Amino acid sequence: MNPELQGRVFAPTAPYLVGREKIREFARAVFATSPVNLDPDAARAAGYADVVAPPTFPVVVQESTLAQLLAEPDGGIDFTRVVHGNQRFSYTRPIVAGDELTATLAVTDIKTLGGHSMVTAESTIVDATGAHVVTAISTLVVRGDE
Amino acid sequence: MIAEIGEIVAEKTYALTRDSLVRYAGASGDFNPIHYRDDVAQGVGLPGVLAHGMLTMGFAIQPVAEWIGDSGKILDYQVKFTRPVPVDAADGASVTVVAKVGALTDAEIRIDLTVTFADQTVLGKAQALVSLA
Repeated sequence: MNPELQGRVFAPTAPYLVGREKIREFARAVFATSPVNLDPDAARAAGYADVVAPPTFPVVVQESTLAQLLAEPDGGIDFTRVVHGNQRFSYTRPIVAGDELTATLAVTDIKTLGGHSMVTAESTIVDATGAHVVTAISTLVVRGDE
Repeated sequence: MIAEIGEIVAEKTYALTRDSLVRYAGASGDFNPIHYRDDVAQGVGLPGVLAHGMLTMGFAIQPVAEWIGDSGKILDYQVKFTRPVPVDAADGASVTVVAKVGALTDAEIRIDLTVTFADQTVLGKAQALVSLA
């Protein structure tokens, strides 16, 4: 992996429009049962504009930023050797259906440890007004030659 | 939502099948074939098809969401992926989540998750911060 990736900030992704049915599909896939995730009326009763995305939903938006990282011509990251090490989501507010989200990726840390490399990729996700919604932080482990 | 440090607030076992993995692949957009093809998984030295780490992270928080009744109160959620979860084609995989109060302030509660498959933990430092506001 190219150590010069550290500190690199990528172009914002194209806006992602969060659909109600996408949230419900994702909620079912992670075994969510809470009415706020599935039922618009329950979500409105709880004070939200529409159904609320489960906590790990930002991975759907983050996906395109990680694709940017893996496709970086001088990055030197071999996708077949990448293992997910850590994941974190830090929210300012929950995602709800109707949000239009844009993610900006920054590589905040690169470490090399015994032949393996660890890259920390931070995707800052904002809404259509530019206000912060959630930051998704992934640490990817790139295994060295065995 | 009254709780004390060390109290178990939720506990649940999830029965994963290959169908669960296909459903998660479609919902999340993660179509890495090691999550649905044994031949590809074995070709890279794995015992067979594995659950997506993000699927395990995704359902491990659900007992907490059910306990608070509003997943929008979850301010922060992090995990470390420490062991894979192989999902047998016939028998699936049974994964258990135990959610315990780790810390408590007037504004927030920290829930620590213990997530196990075959009596071994599969996530490390699995923690969620929940707003009490």
